[in-house]
Amino acid sequence: MSLETKKYPVGMHPALPPPSGSVGPVRWMRDNLFSSTSNTVLTLLGLYLIYIIVPPFIQWAFIDSVVFGAESRKECLAIMGEDRGACWSFVYRRWGQFVYGFYPVEERWRVNVAFLLTAFTIAVVLIERLRAIKPVLIAGVLLPVVSFFLITGSSIFGLADVPTNKMGGILLTLIVGLTGIFVSLPISIMLALSRISKLPIFSIFATIFIEFIRGVPLITLLFIASTLLSYFLPAGSNFDLLLRVLIMVTIFSAAYIAEVIRGGLAAIPTGQYEAADALGLSYWQSMRLIILPQALKISIPGIVGSFIGLFKDTTLVVIIGLLDPLGIGMAAISTTAWAGLSTELYVFIGLFFFIFCFGMSRYSLHLEKKLHTGHNN
Amino acid sequence: MANNNDKPAIVIAGMHKWYGDFHVLRDINIEVKKGEIIVVCGPSGSGKSTMIRCINRLEEHQQGQIIVDGIELTNDIKKIDEVRREVGMCFQHFNLFPHLTILENCTLAPIWVRGIPKKEAEATAMHFLEKVKIPDQALKYPGQLSGGQQQRVAIARSLCMKPRTILFDEPTSALDPEMIKEVLDVMIELAEEGMTMICVTHEMGFARKVADRVIFMDAGQIVEENTPAEFFDNPKNERTQLFLSQILH
Repeated sequence: MSLETKKYPVGMHPALPPPSGSVGPVRWMRDNLFSSTSNTVLTLLGLYLIYIIVPPFIQWAFIDSVVFGAESRKECLAIMGEDRGACWSFVYRRWGQFVYGFYPVEERWRVNVAFLLTAFTIAVVLIERLRAIKPVLIAGVLLPVVSFFLITGSSIFGLADVPTNKMGGILLTLIVGLTGIFVSLPISIMLALSRISKLPIFSIFATIFIEFIRGVPLITLLFIASTLLSYFLPAGSNFDLLLRVLIMVTIFSAAYIAEVIRGGLAAIPTGQYEAADALGLSYWQSMRLIILPQALKISIPGIVGSFIGLFKDTTLVVIIGLLDPLGIGMAAISTTAWAGLSTELYVFIGLFFFIFCFGMSRYSLHLEKKLHTGHNN
Repeated sequence: MANNNDKPAIVIAGMHKWYGDFHVLRDINIEVKKGEIIVVCGPSGSGKSTMIRCINRLEEHQQGQIIVDGIELTNDIKKIDEVRREVGMCFQHFNLFPHLTILENCTLAPIWVRGIPKKEAEATAMHFLEKVKIPDQALKYPGQLSGGQQQRVAIARSLCMKPRTILFDEPTSALDPEMIKEVLDVMIELAEEGMTMICVTHEMGFARKVADRVIFMDAGQIVEENTPAEFFDNPKNERTQLFLSQILH
């Protein structure tokens, strides 16, 4: 190829295409997969691992598996014969329990309505162009209230009371997880602001609270909720176990998120506080309009990380006798009909948690991108 | 009204400030009349930035008096906010709010502090953005603008509060040479319109052109205070002479 020798005046040089071979899929593979001997070995090893893991899993989970038709593990095995696949019948037959726990069958429509409302609200929040804050806030206040009455029942609307010990499965996970997430966020913001406050009353209280809660395993807090609290409460008081669990999970998550947000606050340059002060904004105005929007934006990965941790930690409620999907499943595989199954249960539970956690993780990435304004301070 | 106009914009009397044990500002006395342009200069560490930051209480003084528009600065938060509403400030690093558009940067304080309706605040903001010659950037974010443009937005943001005084804390020190002029031009225009200004700056051309007085500080004290002509051509103090010989080459 001949070199361009013609001289152009400044500003008149045309934009030329890149030399051939410097872009394109072949070039990409050479740069990223086969750039050196060791990289080539790793690439081939990776391909081999995919080959020995993925096809057999697909064979087991989809091709050889049984979903309908079997009432017990024995029937599953009989249908499958020689090819040992997954026995999904187990999930299929117990689906109601996995989703609703022991919620009365004839009242399950109420849970479905609450699920639909939640899904609808989330969809509304996810829609890009809807930048108005008001509908989101209204939905954010209305949804929990409506869901609460729907699920626990209310004589005013003619809904029969359902005691909280009937709630289990995915319903329980969502109640504990979502309540923990949405209630702990505002609490953690207040905790973080208190901790960096110049007033010792606030900072000392917040520091003690955060350090105490973070220094104790969640399981311990759940045990306190289920057993110890009844010693402190007046005799005969009936303080709902699920409510106690919700409080413990919320303060646990709030303590963690408060520290994440404190990190975000510390990353805001003092110039931002000064500019807000110099304009005459009050403390709360400058926090709400200037500091927190930026601090929360920086903290998104950490906050969502805590949310994901919290959502998965909800499985710990099994220990104090509440049956989340894992508890329901473990109870199911100890029945005579399904004894001996375990892989199917853990794959199913794993998939359930993965879908929710992966969703949160993607949403967090999306939010970060959306809020990026080209300024990195 | 006439009486009100005679009242000085800012009075600093016998003011001292300490950072812990360190005595940063020693016996500062300044009186600024309405519409006066004061340039403060001095070597780094001389306390000039700290001094003007005391005027809107970004820094607290421990002794003496600072009276802004007849309001004495004390621990009273109400009075501090009152002063801050009337005194604008431009910083060395602009300190625009990166998560808000240029227009939102300019309308935020008028809307929330002054309670002006959004439409009206936006009209005012556009007026001042036109004045600093960047109305076409109104919907961009600060991160998309050059340093000179950001500083001009910062000036417009201050102006939107319709302040009586503007403090400039080294407004051109963080700018590339070719952007300094566009910011100084805006400042000169403001000065000619009668705004009260206190500028910490090393732009001696600016000082000569628009300043009514130049104050030279060193080691936390005011060393010399004079008209620009006298200050530059006939400095009295040895320390001033040395400083001027170093920066004017």
